[in-house]
Amino acid sequence: MTYGPHTATDRERMLGALGLDSIDGLFDDIPAAMRASGLDLPAALDELSLARHLETLAARNQPGLTSFLGAGAYRHHIPATVDAILSRGEFYTAYTPYQPEISQGTLQTIYEYQSLIAALTGLDVVSASHYDGGAATAEAALMTVRQTKRDRVLVSRAVHRHFVDTTRTYFEGGRLALDELPTNADGTTDLAALEQALADPDRPVAGVLLGQPNTFGILEPMAEAARLAHDAGALFVAVVEPVSLAVLAAPGDYGADIAVGEGQPLGISLQYGGPYLGLLAARADLVRQVPGRLVGRTTDVDGRRAFVMTLRAREQDIRRDKAASNICTNQALCALAATVHVATLGPHGLRDVAALGAARAAELERALAAAGAPRIHTAPYLNEFAVRVPDARRIHAALLEQGILAGLALADWYPEDPALADALLVCATEVTTSDDINRFASALREVAA
Amino acid sequence: MTTTLERPEQSPAAELGPSRVVGPGLQPTLDELSRPGRGTTTVPHPVADALERIPQSQRRAGPLGLPELNEPEVIRHFVNLSQLNYSVDTGFYPLGSCTMKYNPKINEWAARLPGFAALHPLAPDAAAQGTLELLWELEQWLIAISGMKAVTLQPAAGAHGELTGILMVRAYHAARGDHERTEVIVPDSSHGTNPATASMAGFKTVTVKSDAEGQIDLEALNDALGPRTAAVMLTNPSTLGLFERRIEQVIAAVHGAGALAYMDGANMNAILGKFRPGAAGFDVMHFNTHKTFSTPHGGGGPGAGPVAVNEALVPFLPWPRVLRETNAFRLEQRGERPSSIGRVRSYQGSAGVLVRAYAYMLAHGGEGLEQVSEDAVLAANYLRHRLADTYEMPFAQVSKHEFVASAQRLRAETGVRMLDVAKRLIDKGFHPPTIYFPLTVEECMLVEPTETESVETLDAFADALIEIVHEAHTDPALVKSAPHDSPVRRLDEATAARQPDLRWRAMTGRETPCPD
Repeated sequence: MTYGPHTATDRERMLGALGLDSIDGLFDDIPAAMRASGLDLPAALDELSLARHLETLAARNQPGLTSFLGAGAYRHHIPATVDAILSRGEFYTAYTPYQPEISQGTLQTIYEYQSLIAALTGLDVVSASHYDGGAATAEAALMTVRQTKRDRVLVSRAVHRHFVDTTRTYFEGGRLALDELPTNADGTTDLAALEQALADPDRPVAGVLLGQPNTFGILEPMAEAARLAHDAGALFVAVVEPVSLAVLAAPGDYGADIAVGEGQPLGISLQYGGPYLGLLAARADLVRQVPGRLVGRTTDVDGRRAFVMTLRAREQDIRRDKAASNICTNQALCALAATVHVATLGPHGLRDVAALGAARAAELERALAAAGAPRIHTAPYLNEFAVRVPDARRIHAALLEQGILAGLALADWYPEDPALADALLVCATEVTTSDDINRFASALREVAA
Repeated sequence: MTTTLERPEQSPAAELGPSRVVGPGLQPTLDELSRPGRGTTTVPHPVADALERIPQSQRRAGPLGLPELNEPEVIRHFVNLSQLNYSVDTGFYPLGSCTMKYNPKINEWAARLPGFAALHPLAPDAAAQGTLELLWELEQWLIAISGMKAVTLQPAAGAHGELTGILMVRAYHAARGDHERTEVIVPDSSHGTNPATASMAGFKTVTVKSDAEGQIDLEALNDALGPRTAAVMLTNPSTLGLFERRIEQVIAAVHGAGALAYMDGANMNAILGKFRPGAAGFDVMHFNTHKTFSTPHGGGGPGAGPVAVNEALVPFLPWPRVLRETNAFRLEQRGERPSSIGRVRSYQGSAGVLVRAYAYMLAHGGEGLEQVSEDAVLAANYLRHRLADTYEMPFAQVSKHEFVASAQRLRAETGVRMLDVAKRLIDKGFHPPTIYFPLTVEECMLVEPTETESVETLDAFADALIEIVHEAHTDPALVKSAPHDSPVRRLDEATAARQPDLRWRAMTGRETPCPD
């Protein structure tokens, strides 16, 4: 099964026009010694057989567990409008809008995305080019390095593990320092340690990164951390979860210079990890450091409003080795999903989603505590928190046998931390039901007994 | 007692940006369409006290400032916007270097199967066997195509694959105690991502010239190579659509200098089953699934950029790898392979994109994929032949999947530039080719027809380009003022850059964004 239109006659006609009698004449530029002869791959499948095969594979996954797993990727109700628009070929079979005259659809939606994320974050410049939360966090850390011309970044150990891991990998290239800040027993980042790290005159700090909520689900003292960072001449980066921004203070309001995060909760399916959407928003005066595509509003030659890619002199295809990043992508289709999602929910719907998740999480907290699994941290949380159970990994496995996905065993992410050896990170969202919670609590009683 | 939450938000219309004329057929912004109180109920209303346990200081102070629309308005807005786009589903899109081939619909269906789409990225391996098997098989197929030893599917895009590959190169030299290799060599025709990647990975870029035939200049390459060279990044076939004929000597020279050979595999769609980079001596390469394996371009993304490596680089692959054990598949654990360069992203890859690539490959099989390359190359050479009397063809060598043509003569004779030709193509119903890239050819266009366009379409496109040259001679103003029929025409890009308007509310920042 192929999608090519050519009949044998078409091919003959085209080869004839080129004065060739065989396709081989078009490949004789490949040195004979290096020419491959065919591909050792499975035989082609017709569409029916292919569909059956894919259904068989998909059925070997178990997406339908009663799940309390979040840890950076969250189950939400996605309004039917989102896939109706994502399925339009005019959007998904177009490319980067190099010709604005025939790309206003993509350009305007990116502009609208920029505007919506700017409203949520309280910041000005939003780039839709980032692959996911990890890559966006790494890019933000690099922005602080370029802006301050310093080479050391501080990140709370309670920022999402994968975001820290990714930033560490990116930093290896520039031989930059990434130092982790400890946390307090209540689950917040240790600000005394932050103050001390910032005070080292020999190792000035470019940026400070904290999560809100952090990876334990805990709300951090962001305003205080931002003030400490700024007093030391460093930039402050908030690593945020976008749905929470409907109810939590906006990063721009507590002094964040950059906000990054995982955009998946805004209308993007879990898909085993991608494609996702890296959120990245920055203060207006950092625009030159922002990597990736930006769309601006302008006019055309007849005075009509129009949208166009702008400030392109930061980008790799023009600046080459002096570019702000090597990013070529704009994650436009994922940004479109987020735009349709937010447009459908509106301010009240998004707030309802966040508040309902918080309400379900409080219900979950009560039920698990009654089942003998109390919260570990004492600081306020929104919709995710860690509970203590004896032998967390065994309990997690035993619950899985009963069709319950009991969040994340934090020992997977913090194997060196004895305080988290007995911790499960669990979350609730608007899709979590009271039945789910009751099932979890009673199964937990049973397996822990 | 349960009551619904208060709803304090209003859309403050007073803060709208400068008003501009929305032309006929254009679409107001979401913000302009917003009316306070409109909306669609998508989830139940929460209880009133849901947020009382959150300290006031942590809560949002002001209104959200998001637009309020009901569902029919949302749908009409985005459907109207979609119709302002040109796309592969609506017409011929010969954008060179981008491979705008048809995106099969079965792939879209497959990616949306709940078994794939609803799977959490941290699902235990036991709950993810179907996807893990798919990823593992896809790796095996890419190994077969590339002739390499191993593949990582993690990178989220081609440029991300480049970064992953070059970080592995860095780790390889470091592991051998060789810290002197600080340079990466790229040809002047390379994608901009290559030098930008080298910089991100901490290397200095050294650019070498191409020769008059568009091939890498061996002498210049030899001069640039040395004990400081970490790698040479080579796009093959090149961005000029040409296969590097002296590839054997090039790779030998790179290895002779102790450097590694990186192949930018953006153009693998031209040589499937014809050339295996690993067998030819390349050490590392990336694929672009949205080019070679027809995953949708999505208006610019998402893509995926799998990286294939030879034996020497296997220890440095990012973690987690997908491992096959006796009866099951699993992901590598944290710390299991300390030589790894680490994680390059959250979770383990864009599985939603990779399902589509997998379906595409299985729909074609080995022979079908080879046919894809043959037809792509045939189409490019046929179209080039049709245009050879009208536009200059700077390179004599047979083309691969795309070709460069130039309008230098046209410009000298009529003042019409390639930009004008491109804009005039819009009037004739085509998406223009890539223009002014590669940077090494004046007044150029890079045309990539792909294998999914019929000979009738190729002929109609060639006729249009030939007709534009006639128009340029008889009525140059008609061409220079094109396009005439598009919803907007010739945008004011200078003002857009000088006074950036990047959101619909007035900028709130401490400074205006662009002092220059």
